[in-house]
Amino acid sequence: MTARKVLVPLLAIAIFLVLWEALVWAMGWPNYKMASPSDLIPAYGRYWELFLTMGWQTLWRTVAGLVLAVIFGTALGMVMGFSRTMRDALYPLLVGFNAVPKATVVPIVALLFVGQHDFNTVLIAFMISFFPIAVSVSIGLSTLEPEYRDILRSLGASQATIFRKIALPKTLPEFFGALKVSVTLAFIGTNLMEIVSPHGRGLGALFDSGKTNSDYPLMFAVLIALAFLGIVLYYVVVALERTFAGWADRGV
Amino acid sequence: MTDGPLIDIRGVRHAYRTAGGPLPVLDGLDVAVADGGFTAVVGPSGCGKSTLTRLVAGLLIPDAGEVRVHGQPVTGPRSNVGMAFQNPVLLEWRTILDNVLLPLEIVRTGMTKAEGTDRARALLALVGLEGFEDKRPSELSGGMRQRASLCRALIHRPEVLILDEPFGALDAFTREDLWQIMHRVKEREPFTGVLITHDLRESIFLADRVVVLSGRPARTQYVLDVPDTGPRDLDHLYTPEAAEMLAVLRRQIEIAQGRAPAEEHAAAAAPEPVPGPPAPGRQGAVTGAVP
Repeated sequence: MTARKVLVPLLAIAIFLVLWEALVWAMGWPNYKMASPSDLIPAYGRYWELFLTMGWQTLWRTVAGLVLAVIFGTALGMVMGFSRTMRDALYPLLVGFNAVPKATVVPIVALLFVGQHDFNTVLIAFMISFFPIAVSVSIGLSTLEPEYRDILRSLGASQATIFRKIALPKTLPEFFGALKVSVTLAFIGTNLMEIVSPHGRGLGALFDSGKTNSDYPLMFAVLIALAFLGIVLYYVVVALERTFAGWADRGV
Repeated sequence: MTDGPLIDIRGVRHAYRTAGGPLPVLDGLDVAVADGGFTAVVGPSGCGKSTLTRLVAGLLIPDAGEVRVHGQPVTGPRSNVGMAFQNPVLLEWRTILDNVLLPLEIVRTGMTKAEGTDRARALLALVGLEGFEDKRPSELSGGMRQRASLCRALIHRPEVLILDEPFGALDAFTREDLWQIMHRVKEREPFTGVLITHDLRESIFLADRVVVLSGRPARTQYVLDVPDTGPRDLDHLYTPEAAEMLAVLRRQIEIAQGRAPAEEHAAAAAPEPVPGPPAPGRQGAVTGAVP
């Protein structure tokens, strides 16, 4: 990690904040129309304790949903990748499920498991984020060239060995590509539930209370905090990808 | 060691089950490879040559007929087989050395880890890949990857080496390099080999016997014994003897493609050449293949 790799993105963020501030100032917008970065600092100063606890709520539920999505998505992808019949059977269902806007599912889930806020939030984060993982794993497995299989099969290797030694590592680049999409989706899922569900917790609930109290700088501060968490999680995935699938990066 | 051929394929028939009904690919295939022999199999594209490799590897059990290795019927994969394909199928996440070592993780050879590594390094040196052990496949050229794939096929000292068009995707000069390397390998690492190819020059340069398959469904149409065997240089491809062999094979391929009528042809001891399926309108369109 060179200094350049850290400085360039930081500088880009700084320029973005300056432009935002300048825009709000030039247009003369009051902060109920559009808060500026300088309005956010007092918001963070006033509510920093809330931001920490709520941010933690949002983070752990998002990660829990993601972990479930990885487990379930990988399993589903394996089933669809290895069996043509299962692929034919499950694809339309899966695509249909994914096409349903999750915002419409949120109230249903909230009623279904009323009062179980943690469970509901994790469930929505999971539901919204497993699809890309399942699809990428299934495509990765089903497009494995037969020669790869034959090399090991001709030596008498079992299906499990072939999966562990070849199919699994070969699918990792696609898997991580999908995981990067899923991270962002999981955040959307968590926040949908936090905003909609009454007496919710997490950054979504904080956003909602900002709305109720017409505290516009707070609402913007929540958005920035969410963006920050999203960036952190994304780079965690990037670090994992470097560790486990760094071979796929040809340095281009 | 038995007296009979090490690989013995007799009267093999096989059909793939497809949506449009059974698709016969092999119909009366006979191939015998002596212990230490190297047989090339040529034939029109799509005639079932690759199916033959899967039979020998035990990856496919034929509908009828017999496939024996060492006199034992082949009933499933056996670890004494090494395979290399046109696509080198190296594992991108492993170094070249670890790729070569892959079969040793599956097959019990009695080699210790250190012995295996030494052997892998020696094989890589033999094919001219010394110094590339720790590189990734993506850092190597096509010809180098193919050489690494060959080392992987040989690491566990297989009795039978199956080469399915391994040089097919390489440029002409790289291919000729690899032919020379094959001779060097065969001298140092004796194996019984089956080489699928559609390069006739490659077949007579590397193999001691060339089997011509008919068009699909494939049967053994012609067998040519190559008189000179063992290491030789490329000049051997430009002798009158080589030209004559190539002409004979060329003509057999045309028969197999249905582009030439079968007729008696002065050649080495061989089964009766039989006509391939006639292609309407193309009969008699024989072009002179003799230089």
